Amino acid sequence: MPLLELREITKVFPGVLANDRVSIRLERGEIVALLGENGAGKSTLMNVVYGLLTADGGEILVDDKPVRIKSPRQAIDLGIGMVHQHFMLIEPLTVTENIVLGREPGHYGIIDFTTARERVREISERYGLKVDPDAKIIDLSVGMQQRVEILKALYQGVRVLILDEPTAVLTPQEVTELFTVVRSLVDEGLSVVFITHKLEEVVAIADRILVMRDGIVVGETTPGATDEVGLARMMVGRDVVLRVEKGAGTCGGTVLAVEDVHVHDDRSLEAVKGISFSVCGGEILAIAGVDGNGQRELVESIVGLRRPSSGRIELKGKDITHANARASIEAGVSHIPEDRRRRGLVLEFNLAENIILGDHRRPPVARRGIMHPRAITAVARKRIADYDIRTPSERVLAENLSGGNQQKVVVAREIGRDPELLVAAQPTRGLDVGAIEFVHRQILRERSAGKAILLVSLELEEVLSLADRILVIYEGLIVKEFAASKTDAETLGYYMTGGGGSKLDTGTGARQIATPSAGGDQ
Amino acid sequence: MSAEAEEPSTKRDWAAIAQKVGVPLASVLLAMIISSVIMWVSGYDPFAAFAALFRGSFGTPKAFGDTLLKSTPLILAGLGLAYGFRANLFNIGAEGQLFMGGLAVAWLGLLLAGQPWWITIPVLLLAAMLAGAAWAFIPAILKARIGAHEVITTMMFTYIARYLVSYLVIGPLKSPGQIPQTGLLPSESQLPRIQSLFSEATLQAMPFLKLGRAHTGIVVALVAAVVVWWLLKYTTLGYENRAVGYNPFAAETGGISVQWTIVKALCISGALAGLAGAVEVMGVHYRLFDQFSSGFGFTGIAVALLAKNHPIAVVPAALLFGAMAAGGGTMQLEANVPQKIILIVQALVIFFVAAEGIVTYFVRQRQKEATSHVG
Ligand SMILES: Nc1ncnc2c1ncn2[C@@H]1O[C@H](COP(=O)(O)OP(=O)(O)O)[C@@H](O)[C@H]1O
Ligand SMILES: [Mg+2]
Repeated sequence: MPLLELREITKVFPGVLANDRVSIRLERGEIVALLGENGAGKSTLMNVVYGLLTADGGEILVDDKPVRIKSPRQAIDLGIGMVHQHFMLIEPLTVTENIVLGREPGHYGIIDFTTARERVREISERYGLKVDPDAKIIDLSVGMQQRVEILKALYQGVRVLILDEPTAVLTPQEVTELFTVVRSLVDEGLSVVFITHKLEEVVAIADRILVMRDGIVVGETTPGATDEVGLARMMVGRDVVLRVEKGAGTCGGTVLAVEDVHVHDDRSLEAVKGISFSVCGGEILAIAGVDGNGQRELVESIVGLRRPSSGRIELKGKDITHANARASIEAGVSHIPEDRRRRGLVLEFNLAENIILGDHRRPPVARRGIMHPRAITAVARKRIADYDIRTPSERVLAENLSGGNQQKVVVAREIGRDPELLVAAQPTRGLDVGAIEFVHRQILRERSAGKAILLVSLELEEVLSLADRILVIYEGLIVKEFAASKTDAETLGYYMTGGGGSKLDTGTGARQIATPSAGGDQ
Repeated sequence: MSAEAEEPSTKRDWAAIAQKVGVPLASVLLAMIISSVIMWVSGYDPFAAFAALFRGSFGTPKAFGDTLLKSTPLILAGLGLAYGFRANLFNIGAEGQLFMGGLAVAWLGLLLAGQPWWITIPVLLLAAMLAGAAWAFIPAILKARIGAHEVITTMMFTYIARYLVSYLVIGPLKSPGQIPQTGLLPSESQLPRIQSLFSEATLQAMPFLKLGRAHTGIVVALVAAVVVWWLLKYTTLGYENRAVGYNPFAAETGGISVQWTIVKALCISGALAGLAGAVEVMGVHYRLFDQFSSGFGFTGIAVALLAKNHPIAVVPAALLFGAMAAGGGTMQLEANVPQKIILIVQALVIFFVAAEGIVTYFVRQRQKEATSHVG
């Protein structure tokens, strides 16, 4: 007898069929992974189950009995809990206060905190969810906050726990811990729905895998029956290359030259302490490093968002050291920012308005300060077609697109401008495999077109598969340079974590062997 | 899910427009209902009161003229506020810029005596815009350079402007006589009343043109509304203004100077407020004195909020507030309801617009119920 069953659930948003007659069953004590690209309809489906959205059709059965779930409260009463990607905790309150909120033990409005704390402690021990019941939420790490959310659901006595992309915000270490917790939950008889678009997680944790695409369940499998390549194919609907092939590089003359650049960060500390390198046309130069080692400041100084305190930056021989962002764009620098929602897009603007950002003063979009709506529409439609942006029209607001499509908008704008230099900072962060492949192909196409590409990424896989040359940055200095074909993730990881000593590498020293743990988490 | 068809998106546009218009309308309606309850509880007849309010603001051509008269500076001040809000700037000191606009006109108008109207009127309007912009310029620079919050600085500049005007009308610019005020503007510098543009015969034939004290400043205001709408929608200036207002980081990355955009936005906002002061002086009082504005710069905030910062919607929003100001007297006379009740209605409208979250919540709730009936 299934614990939870969905029959023919349909949910329509304006212009989008988010769920199209989806039927699934969940048995007692199993982990079902819901796998799908961004925008496949996973969150929508589970929000329907959790009572946050009302389905336009279909029915939900709990213990074989049809139920109507109109609010999360009703869902919880039926034993269904959900942890969202964005937590819903009250920051100034303690762990215990947050957990018992809405179901406080006690009488006549007086909360019995001793009992509450005891129960919280009891549950957290039973499921191996260690967390201090008296800590304030605001003082906890993201991983801990997630535990509190899970504890809260358990405290409310749920039998089904839905986790919506729980690993998106976690460090690799926290992911491992979460997996342990999830296993102990099912050992205690709970059932878990695990939403993700990451293939390796699905393989590691799921008993059963349901793959969603474009609002329908396209297949069901198990980790034993299908490997990652097969899962990727089901998810994207075509063959996906997890590592794109590229031909040999050519150097068509120096495009970007950076000479002894020093840059300060927002706190006026020196973040980039004298970096020099150059990038040729037709070459992808990657900067690999652990987050926070000066990459952001270096990129910002190149694209005109931050003044270097000393040094010189040249684009095709032209001095752009002190160019602002506008001058930098006009000189031929395009920039895919690391944070698309903050720096890449104006979410309240529609797609067309976003696609012209940066070109909004130039013909054909504008002449003498006056914009031409027809030209804007034409440019936008062309980019939408060329870069396969999935949207009902160019007038949809950027905030209503899925993450992958939002990134396509940024890529379309920056590459569509036909720059001399493309600075791509973490261009595939948070994207699913299909979108990653797309972005990688676009970057390689620019390379074939003889453009210079500076790639900054924390993902070693990405760096290794795309780059021709790799510089390792550590504490504001380039500590090592590699030809991409002559290194591997372990070696890079070793230098990224300071293994080479923070001295500039001359390239003559003996190559050191990496420690196994360093950098292996990618 | 990739619905390629054009139709759903246009349909959605209509739904979006309906939602945009629906919330302010609901706010006004709620305000009227609650103030009705307040009147009823206090022993007044709300129906009689609103009927009288309506008669006093739209009932006769003259009453409508009064509404137009009060709405004119509100449209201009509301446009100024709306333009600022679009850049995420709260020009709370529009009143000060309005005073400077009035001052510029009252002073320059006297100097320009003897010039034909087609020189004086454009020059005076331009001068008022410059004065308003100049008064916003220092707060703008302070905001752009050191991040000083415009709510504080423009407000402080409002005090300076008001005391400056008080001083000038008592001192250097005082006209001979007992009353602290500037001299009467020559007729070439006055904005003529609308009905004075038509012959007696025309007015006889078309009595709806007898708009009483309404003056041609309303034309200035309507033109300004269209110009601001056009600026926001069809120029790079407006595009950059909106981009900075929504997301300054993305704007900066796209090569837009956030600081320069802030300066331009506050100055344009100030110029529009300055115009509001100009039409008050040139069209109503023909001179400057301490109390020449009845807080139009502040009511402009409510107008912009109610219009949800849309320049064209500023016009009906200003008409609503203008009508309440114009009809209040009639309400007191005919329905025996104290004019102060109007303040309650106004306050409630502002409250509900500001508390849009609440209203939106109820609207959503209705929609949710509606969809769940389908399912
Ligand atoms: N509130 C909403 N309004 C309109 N469209 C939405 C809304 N929520 C989701 N969508 C659309 O529904 C589709 C499915 O979204 P979602 O369920 O969030 O996907 P997933 O969780 O699989 O990434 C997407 O095309 C998305 O743009
Ligand atoms: Mg989702």
